[in-house]
Amino acid sequence: MSGLSIENISMRFDLPNGSSVQALKNVSLHLKPGELMSVLGPSGCGKTTLLNIVAGFLAPTEGEIRMNGHTVTGPDAERGMVFQQGALFEWMDVRGNVSFGPRMKGENEAHWGANVDHLLDVTGLGDFKDKAIYELSGGMQQRVALARCLANDPDVILMDEPLGALDALTREKMQGLVLKLWKETGKTIILITHSVEEALLLGERLLVMAPRPGRIHKEYQLPFADMGVNADLREVKQAQGYNDTREEILEMIWDMEEEIMGRTEDQK
Amino acid sequence: MIGLIILLVYVAIFIVSFLIVRFLVQKTTTDYTALKTVTFGDESAVTSNRVASVVSVLTIFLIWGSFTGSVLIPRFLHAPGPFVGETSFTYTIETPEGARDDATIFVRVMGFGEETVKFEVPPGDGIAKDDAVAMPASRSTTIIYDKNDEVTRKDGARLVAIDGETIGPDIALNTDVGRFALTEKGAITFAPPKGLQMEPIWLPPPEAVVGRVIEIANDGYRDSTLWKHLGYSLFRVIAGFFFGALLGIPLGYAMGLSNWFRGWFEPIVEFMRPVPPLALIPLVIIWFGIGETGKIILLFLASLWIMAISARAGVSGVNITKVHAAYSLGASKIQILRNVIIPNSLPEIFTGARVAMGVCWGTVVAAELVAASEGAGMMIMVASKFQLTDIVLMGIILIGVIGFGIDILMRRLENLLVPWKGRS
Repeated sequence: MSGLSIENISMRFDLPNGSSVQALKNVSLHLKPGELMSVLGPSGCGKTTLLNIVAGFLAPTEGEIRMNGHTVTGPDAERGMVFQQGALFEWMDVRGNVSFGPRMKGENEAHWGANVDHLLDVTGLGDFKDKAIYELSGGMQQRVALARCLANDPDVILMDEPLGALDALTREKMQGLVLKLWKETGKTIILITHSVEEALLLGERLLVMAPRPGRIHKEYQLPFADMGVNADLREVKQAQGYNDTREEILEMIWDMEEEIMGRTEDQK
Repeated sequence: MIGLIILLVYVAIFIVSFLIVRFLVQKTTTDYTALKTVTFGDESAVTSNRVASVVSVLTIFLIWGSFTGSVLIPRFLHAPGPFVGETSFTYTIETPEGARDDATIFVRVMGFGEETVKFEVPPGDGIAKDDAVAMPASRSTTIIYDKNDEVTRKDGARLVAIDGETIGPDIALNTDVGRFALTEKGAITFAPPKGLQMEPIWLPPPEAVVGRVIEIANDGYRDSTLWKHLGYSLFRVIAGFFFGALLGIPLGYAMGLSNWFRGWFEPIVEFMRPVPPLALIPLVIIWFGIGETGKIILLFLASLWIMAISARAGVSGVNITKVHAAYSLGASKIQILRNVIIPNSLPEIFTGARVAMGVCWGTVVAAELVAASEGAGMMIMVASKFQLTDIVLMGIILIGVIGFGIDILMRRLENLLVPWKGRS
């Protein structure tokens, strides 16, 4: 079966004091090639743990990840990852970072040069390819991270709050870029975010997770990502159903947060 | 006493130059830092005042020259020197019979480095006869005043006054000529004014040190030229550090990457790290003698642990997202080591290398002080045994200059090779 299957994943790990934490419980879902799924949830619901399991950095205690028919046992170039920040290599210039994947495969520049330069142009980094990483702004650094991931041509791109450290304006522009790249490349994308708006705008599918233990709470199929490919994101926010869905999800997450924190409030 | 005066002069120059610069030198720059109004408490607004640095260095040389009577410093800036030249005083003896007579003692005080030559004066009349004494500056001398007198102390004569002022076994005298006292047997102890200058044997003037540098650079000292001495020290440091880094860095990487390596070497490294390399000198001498091998092994041991620990810190300092990113981009372990871990640890390794070079330089000088046939440390050790203070000072200054030079070189190299340090 092509695509990415998360099959009945559970994750529990022991703490030094003898107790254990159930980070995820019986999470199952399937992503078809080319799907963009955003994942939302209150802090502590296991979003990042789930992503790390899919990436292959963590082994689940139960269940397995199947990718195009084979079981995931570790990180691999077929599953690219975009981190929030700090994942770029400061000792390489922009082009060196973007071409890292192909170079590690031992390909020579004749093979990857054109593609890397194309990606640099698409992400608006064409004029900065010889710059050092620390000379770039936060938004540009995230564009380098995106381009680096795409240059390696993975089947699935895993994004762990890739825009979380950016200011609101840069973030909006980057959301447009993510949609554009998604449509152009047809990659399967899992995007973890804290922002309900971002999840709504970018997610073709939207997964709301609940904490303690981390599990899937509700799933949405949304039209906004398709709209956003061609339209301005601010127009999309005026679209029918956008506000209602946003309020519904906000309330859902609000309730979960209440449940975690409110309880302690009541005890006062 | 002199020390206190020097300290006061130093503090006075500090304050006066501060006030002069403060009120006479106008602010000329208007860069961002210069426009800050809050500087007390804002460390980034505190910059090193170049004028202060220049005045500070000049002050050291000024005080050095002034208190050693250097020819490089104009005479009016000299601290009062010791009395040099001819002086005289009269003494009065009293015979057992109660008769008194005066005689004059002529003293010729020779300057630093001049030879004292005896001279004669006509004895004159009376019971007490005139004497002539030659002595070096800044010292005291015992004058047997009655060796040519007609009635001596053996005959019961005793000294009662000098220049008309009463002196006795318990009464010391301070006059313009100098300080007088009587020894237990009744001879005169005379010390002409010492002034405030240092004798070259304690502190030679700057030009003497410079002269030594030139002399030893040309003629050598203890069978080796100056450059050979310094070259030996430098060679030992570089060789010891090279082998220390060659083994220490891979060891640190292994400890940062493998449980087994860390478990195996941690007790050794953690134990050896706090052992000062100087404490190893005796053992190294017992095992390897005082030749090159022992010194290089000592410096190897001095740098090994520092380099191992800094390499390990470099590995643990790698942001795990960088490693995860590299794995997700399809890099192998070897590729991650080469392209992520090693470059990411370079800043730590350079910091360690700077520390190690400093420790090695200090250790080599100490090791040469203990035993060596050439080297900067050996040079000053041997010189100190002959009280050749100028060579000792020269050696210390050159050791400092070279140590400073090594550190600057390492920093340059660091800026060149690790431009991203502190910017991620």
